[in-house]
Amino acid sequence: MTQPVLELSGISKRFGAVQALSEVDLRVDPGEVVALLGDNGAGKSTLVKVIAGVHPADTGTIFWDGRAVPVAKPGDAQQLGIATIYQDLALCDNLDIVANLFLGNERTTGGVLDEVEMERRASELLDSLSVSIPSLRIPVASLSGGQRQIIAIARSLLGDPKVVMLDEPTAALGVAQTAQVLDLIERLRDKGLGVILISHNMADVRAVADRAAVLRLGRNAGDFRVEDTSYEEIVAAITGASDNAVSRRAGRVSVPGTEEA
Amino acid sequence: MAQQTPVADSAVGVRDPRLIVTAKSPSGLASAVVRRLRGGELGPAPVLIGLVLICVVFQSLNANFLSPQNLSNLALQIVAPGLMSCGVIMVLLLGEIDLSVGSVSGVSGAVLAVLAVNQGLPEIAAIALAVVSGVVIGVLQGTVFAKIGVPAFVVTLAGLIGWQGMQLYLLGSDGTVNVPYTGAIAYLTQTFFVPVIGWTIAGIAVALYLVLNILGERRRAAAGLPAKSLIEIAVRTVFLAVPVFGSVAVLNLWKGVPLSFLIFVGFVVAFDLMLRKTRYGRMVFAVGGSAEAARRAGINVDFVRISVFALASTLAAVGGIMAVSRAFAISQSTGSGDVLMLAIAAAVIGGTSLFGGRGSAYSALLGGLVLGAITSGLYLLQMDSSVRFMITAAVLLIAVILDAVSRRSRKTHARG
Repeated sequence: MTQPVLELSGISKRFGAVQALSEVDLRVDPGEVVALLGDNGAGKSTLVKVIAGVHPADTGTIFWDGRAVPVAKPGDAQQLGIATIYQDLALCDNLDIVANLFLGNERTTGGVLDEVEMERRASELLDSLSVSIPSLRIPVASLSGGQRQIIAIARSLLGDPKVVMLDEPTAALGVAQTAQVLDLIERLRDKGLGVILISHNMADVRAVADRAAVLRLGRNAGDFRVEDTSYEEIVAAITGASDNAVSRRAGRVSVPGTEEA
Repeated sequence: MAQQTPVADSAVGVRDPRLIVTAKSPSGLASAVVRRLRGGELGPAPVLIGLVLICVVFQSLNANFLSPQNLSNLALQIVAPGLMSCGVIMVLLLGEIDLSVGSVSGVSGAVLAVLAVNQGLPEIAAIALAVVSGVVIGVLQGTVFAKIGVPAFVVTLAGLIGWQGMQLYLLGSDGTVNVPYTGAIAYLTQTFFVPVIGWTIAGIAVALYLVLNILGERRRAAAGLPAKSLIEIAVRTVFLAVPVFGSVAVLNLWKGVPLSFLIFVGFVVAFDLMLRKTRYGRMVFAVGGSAEAARRAGINVDFVRISVFALASTLAAVGGIMAVSRAFAISQSTGSGDVLMLAIAAAVIGGTSLFGGRGSAYSALLGGLVLGAITSGLYLLQMDSSVRFMITAAVLLIAVILDAVSRRSRKTHARG
């Protein structure tokens, strides 16, 4: 077994009277896509925020390359090499692609923005991801949803992260755009990055994820290898019963392509 | 997998076959300009057309309008409101508004005159302290806005009244302080350069523009990036050189290029470079586009906000100093009345959006010229301020409508 790049052990987090996470474990290997699944309120977002350092855990340990590390603020996570792409992409619509990619991290020579260097690196980066965008000098507002998602992901890669967390990256995308983003996720995996993918879309999960870690009511509810686990088993873990709304429905009607959870 | 067009490696600059590349020939340049205008990227087009219209109308009504003397006066007249506009532009880029610039210019003018005349400080020191008063006011207002979260509209509305009160208090019962005709303060407006200096400055500016552009585009081409053709650079240089040399020629026909106008243009150019070429400028645009995105990118949003308000008040103070210098006096009415409206109107008329994140420092120059030309023309026609107010209001309204319409057009043409 390889050394996991990121490992969480016994993470608990409490908000007032709500125990959002209790004793959660999670492991991400390099070059592995782990889907983080769970119903609304299962604690996925809280776990992501714990890893990203937005909400530090109350108890539990985060191991990075086998070492226990403190993650108390977003800067800590970034320093380690954890990049987080939130659902609202946080791009500046009025700035062009290059400016957005390097926002807050601009290259300068002698105090003056080095646009040539930034554009060259941006173009290299996007080429290495096999992303084709007509011009890097158009405002981000003119991009499609998928392209915006790709820009947001690409921006997180400039910091050379080892783990990338994506929160619902395909939630608002069309078929072709979803395929683009899934391709990009596969390319990240091929580059040896660990990817944590939060998604409600089981089709996406089955398409790119190697493992599915399921949370239910703030606890671990199963860790499956996606290729040898059936759709029903994962749904059962998410909902907490083999007899659930989805399986009952599947029993009544058989509609092709109901792989939506 | 959709849309995986391989990156074309044959022609440098062609990244994607879907991208229409036109800017290779003069006719291509023209069609690119037309496309941009249709898409709502109006740039300086409306204000340039407006300026030409204004000149034609006033010249046909009064033959003195385009005389070197009147144009020289116009150049002096737009300095003070133009400098204030330059600061207002920074605030507008954040999507905020500063209603206090008029009052700040007045109170700084009062600080200047009281220190220099009543307290007998050296005039240079008084000028420096007047600028400092602007910085302090701006930091104060910016901090209340950024740290406490009071809307900028209200903070600066309080400033509008409060600083005017301070101005009246400083000026005391006399209400007016005259500054001597000789000295640093008067010198700011009374200095005109001999023709050769004007030509030299204009020549250096245009040559610098040309050389830096050619070098920049060479670097882009060397890095394998799309670069502007020599033709495009030449066309742009001509478009810069004509107004620059033209205005120097006209100003030289009267007293020469005025120092104060040069200071104003210098501030505009410096702010333009700061906004486009530095990290700070990028931060201002980012905060204006999306404060949340800027915060997540690690930009200190509070610092950007406070510093922008500080810059706005500082430039208002500089504008106030220029106003005192031009009038040789500060009175209770300096900086009050329509000064604030003119400063904001000039920025918007020049093409800076009220919605934040879009605009350029040159708006101050262009918008200032439009409003200055209207004021000057109406003076020549001996119309009083009632007509001037109505016409200025109409021009401002047209500019704001253009801003809103072009914003909608940009949305439909997906240009942000």
